[in-house]
Amino acid sequence: MNAHGKVHKYGDNVDTDVIIPARYLNTADHKELAAHCMEDIDKDFVNKVKPGDIMVARENFGCGSSREHAPIAIKESGIACVIAATFARIFYRNAINIGLPILECPEAAEKIQNGDEVDIDFDTGIIRNITRNETYKAQPFPEFIKDIMKSGGLLNSLKK
Amino acid sequence: MGMTMSQKILAAHAGLDHVEAGQLIKAKLDMVLGNDVTTPVAVNEFRKAGFDKVFDKEKISLVMDHFTPNKDIKAAGQCKLCREFAGEQDILHYYDVGQMGIEHALLPEKGIIAAGELCIGADSHTCTYGALGAFSTGVGSTDMAAGMATGEAWFKVPSAIQFRLTGKLSPWVSGKDVILHIIGMIGVDGALYKSMEFTGPGVKNLTMDDRLCIANMAIEAGGKNGIFPVDEVTVEYMKDRVNREYKVYEADPDAEYDEVYDIDLSTIKSTVAFPHLPENTRTIDEVGDVPIDQVVIGSCTNGRLSDLEAAAAVFQGKKVAKGVRAIVIPATQDIYMKAMEMGLLRTFIEAGCIVSTPTCGPCLGGHMGILAEGERAVATTNRNFVGRMGHPNSEVYLASPAIAAASAIAGKISDVKDVL
Repeated sequence: MNAHGKVHKYGDNVDTDVIIPARYLNTADHKELAAHCMEDIDKDFVNKVKPGDIMVARENFGCGSSREHAPIAIKESGIACVIAATFARIFYRNAINIGLPILECPEAAEKIQNGDEVDIDFDTGIIRNITRNETYKAQPFPEFIKDIMKSGGLLNSLKK
Repeated sequence: MGMTMSQKILAAHAGLDHVEAGQLIKAKLDMVLGNDVTTPVAVNEFRKAGFDKVFDKEKISLVMDHFTPNKDIKAAGQCKLCREFAGEQDILHYYDVGQMGIEHALLPEKGIIAAGELCIGADSHTCTYGALGAFSTGVGSTDMAAGMATGEAWFKVPSAIQFRLTGKLSPWVSGKDVILHIIGMIGVDGALYKSMEFTGPGVKNLTMDDRLCIANMAIEAGGKNGIFPVDEVTVEYMKDRVNREYKVYEADPDAEYDEVYDIDLSTIKSTVAFPHLPENTRTIDEVGDVPIDQVVIGSCTNGRLSDLEAAAAVFQGKKVAKGVRAIVIPATQDIYMKAMEMGLLRTFIEAGCIVSTPTCGPCLGGHMGILAEGERAVATTNRNFVGRMGHPNSEVYLASPAIAAASAIAGKISDVKDVL
């Protein structure tokens, strides 16, 4: 499994209130949520993002509310993977549970810049920065989590 | 090596004698919680995966608290979906307008959570119940759906940070100031993935409301859970609420902690978190001149009876400053009723506050007090992120009920002694 796209870069402590403001939580419709993704931190994100793009941020990405609407909005907007130095734990669980690929990699989070073109190999955890000709190595998922992802999310893995 | 209090509860629910930090386990759940925002997503996932029956209709709580009484047509639709699911599954703990309160005030009050139990909730402030000596943590809607279907959840066993409390809080200083002080000290990711275990001789000097408030905001330091030992205060609180057997767990004497902090409660001052992170704390004497437009006293953090009592004691015989809107929200119907009987609601209304039915409302910018561009609020809530209470260019300052009331009277962030 691979991802290849342009990077949208953010800073530390990107919270779930800016990923999807609570004023839009009166719906669970994925497309409606995606239409307001990142609105309070990057108004233009929904116009710029293209299917397959990559989101990169620094420390504690997804902190705050447990709203699964946040990873849903990111996934539905077309983002193929989120890379961060660290993730808030509920966001981390939610992303895995809904099948949004995420990677923890402090080096990539530091060196990748907005607009860089990046290629990710999920099997090896290798992140290639094509724009800067650099390579970073992310922590691969534990087997337990790989199984959930392979099944297409937590509930599918329970059905088997 | 010994286990922490959190690890012991997890081990017992996983049917294991011993667990270690980092270990992945599957554990049996005593309670699965959802609200009107997170439950619809969970119900959709539950149905999509082909489940048709919940694992135990008595071990699920659905509380309609975020956008209720329904703030708009879409919110009404979300509640209707929850109501129909609760009816179809015959969910015992379904709380709608008239019975509901803010979930994390309601569940402990009704004895739905007890010491030693394991609870997940599709709401990040589910960590509140650690005040009772339970292991409880926030999850997303898919985890909630899986919990409702199977009665189990997967956990990565957390390591812990220990906070050894000594001494006694000064007058007008509360649990809110303790947790804001701690978050200011360790940062919003200072306890990322970890348990925050509060111990020491100072614990006995904290009321249950203080403990609920402190555990409530563990998530604001990134914590997986916050937990207090069970003592006389806990037993007394559960006495007339919990009518089933519960188990008391204690950390092993040789449990290992990643970090240990010693905190003398008597040294803690009233504390305010400036925008836009709960870690941007200043003690009240360092705040400076910050004029405000709105005050909110309520939420799962500070909408309990002692919070209203503290605010009313400050408001007594005083008036809200011209140009300030003061909104008081008792967290549950029971708290509302008691506040009425004690005359607190009269004090609020005479001071020029409004008193609302229980709702999360303005805390998450839902309704009942949204901020316009450039406006500032002092709130007893738990988050001051960008746009949290309304316009992305509005500001939220987090504080205790006493400081919020004093600020409403002064028209700017103020200490209680400045208005009494």
